[in-house]
Amino acid sequence: MEKIPDTGAKSRPASPMPSVAQKRERFVSRAKIVVFVLASLPFAALLLRAFQGDLGANPVEEITHVTGEWALRLLIVTLMITPLRHLIGAVWPTRLRRMLGLFAFFYLLMHFLTYAILDASLDPAYIVQDVIDRLYITAGFAAFLMLIPLAITSTNAMVRRMGPVRWRRLHRLAYPAAIAGALHFLWLVKADKGEPLIYASILALLLVARLPPLSRRLQALGNLRKTRLAAPKATP
Amino acid sequence: MLIRKRSSNPVLPSEITPQAVFESRRKFLQGSASIAGIAAGTGLGLLAPVRGEAAIAVDPEATGKDIESVVESAWRVDEELNSWSDITTYNNFYEFGTDKGDPARYADEFTPLPWTLEVGGECEKPGRIGYEEIIAPHRIEERIYRLRCVEAWSMVVPWVGISLGDLLNRFAPTSKAKYVAFRTVHRPEEMRGQRGGSLSWPYIEGLRIDEAMHPMTLLAIGIYGKMIPNQNGAPIRLVVPWKYGFKSIKSIASIEFVEKQPDTSWNLAASREYGFYSNVNPEVNHPRWSQARERRIGEFFKRDTLMFNGYAEEVGALYAGMDLAKNY
Repeated sequence: MEKIPDTGAKSRPASPMPSVAQKRERFVSRAKIVVFVLASLPFAALLLRAFQGDLGANPVEEITHVTGEWALRLLIVTLMITPLRHLIGAVWPTRLRRMLGLFAFFYLLMHFLTYAILDASLDPAYIVQDVIDRLYITAGFAAFLMLIPLAITSTNAMVRRMGPVRWRRLHRLAYPAAIAGALHFLWLVKADKGEPLIYASILALLLVARLPPLSRRLQALGNLRKTRLAAPKATP
Repeated sequence: MLIRKRSSNPVLPSEITPQAVFESRRKFLQGSASIAGIAAGTGLGLLAPVRGEAAIAVDPEATGKDIESVVESAWRVDEELNSWSDITTYNNFYEFGTDKGDPARYADEFTPLPWTLEVGGECEKPGRIGYEEIIAPHRIEERIYRLRCVEAWSMVVPWVGISLGDLLNRFAPTSKAKYVAFRTVHRPEEMRGQRGGSLSWPYIEGLRIDEAMHPMTLLAIGIYGKMIPNQNGAPIRLVVPWKYGFKSIKSIASIEFVEKQPDTSWNLAASREYGFYSNVNPEVNHPRWSQARERRIGEFFKRDTLMFNGYAEEVGALYAGMDLAKNY
């Protein structure tokens, strides 16, 4: 960042003050970098631990747990975007959503591949049997299947080709996918349901926040905040 | 590609004579002048170190110390042993928390010695005995068994212990003793998992009397020739190698001979998933994990699970005529 003392007289037509739109663009692109780095960190840490032989006695299980947990966490963060946008009355959070969603899918893909290759030895019959026999695997597999079309149609070109209405309708699959993910975690735990219940509660909260009466109230709060910010500084 | 380092030592664990066995032999040689007669009689020197003041460390700091006078038993799986670190850092012992790392993390809050074991129920000589008294009359053996967890992973562990049947016989069980009920110590102040509700405490387990009396059933007091670490169930735990690991109850405070099949903790928690018998059986499907294969800790791909964890020859007769799918 440049630190040029603002004398006021310096503003020449050649280097105009950045417009509001330009400022917003710069903010969003910086936010994207931050999100990218943060969302990559768990994977980087996992790789580092793997190369150091620091994944414990059962590294395969550890990789499965870490990738699965981050897939669910990031999916939940993705679903926080809309309520956050309403609450703060700003559009920019939406521009981070695709990256978050794709990271969630990336972790889920790693999770699935670990299972398919190392647990199931890429044996389709074994996987099919698991999906049929074990409800938590049914749920996890369903979540994975639902997120595949969302990842494929995440590009701008696909949004254009599908049209915003159909695209948005398809991408509502994120809700059942997240619910299936939370159930997958809840059902696989043997005894201590504490952690999966935390995820399930946060998810439930985020879904409830989308019910029209609550969503309207959130938006009203956001609008209030926006008008207050936009209003000129009144009397001290 | 993940390549796990077993240890910096190029010698395979399976090639190493456990320290205690090594020392017990040396001790035998040192003491051979005075016990030459017995030694001559036994030839192999296996029985020599057993009787008398079996030199069991008794101070409260003893866990991790060497157990002396250990003899090799014939029960030795010829497979690569898991390392001390695998065996002592990857544990299911919900008394210390539900994470596999929790027992190693928090088990030092537990004081295993002095210890009292209460034995009662349908027997002629019930009693409360201390740690030394539990072990002293018995032959301390090293046995290398497979350990198969219901979660579809497994290890090979060099246990040190005594035959459970020999211990039980000292209390003269009566003909009414059809089953044996075991209970883990209940010390929420030392076992943080017991302050939560992941299971109902104290942990309870049970065996049929013939299972308990089977020569393979071990009351373990050590691993790799050392006193059993807290996270593995100090100071005494059960090892029933043909059953899923949760049957091998840890830190046993009480043993009771009973006439009716006793309750067991995991069966109470989820009866559809964990039966009373819980014999390792690749053919009986489990709602949570396929039991057809298992991951041997240290290996990447799964291997086939063996019937009765590979001990069908030894224990199959116990279940002759039983429907093992029904009695899971």
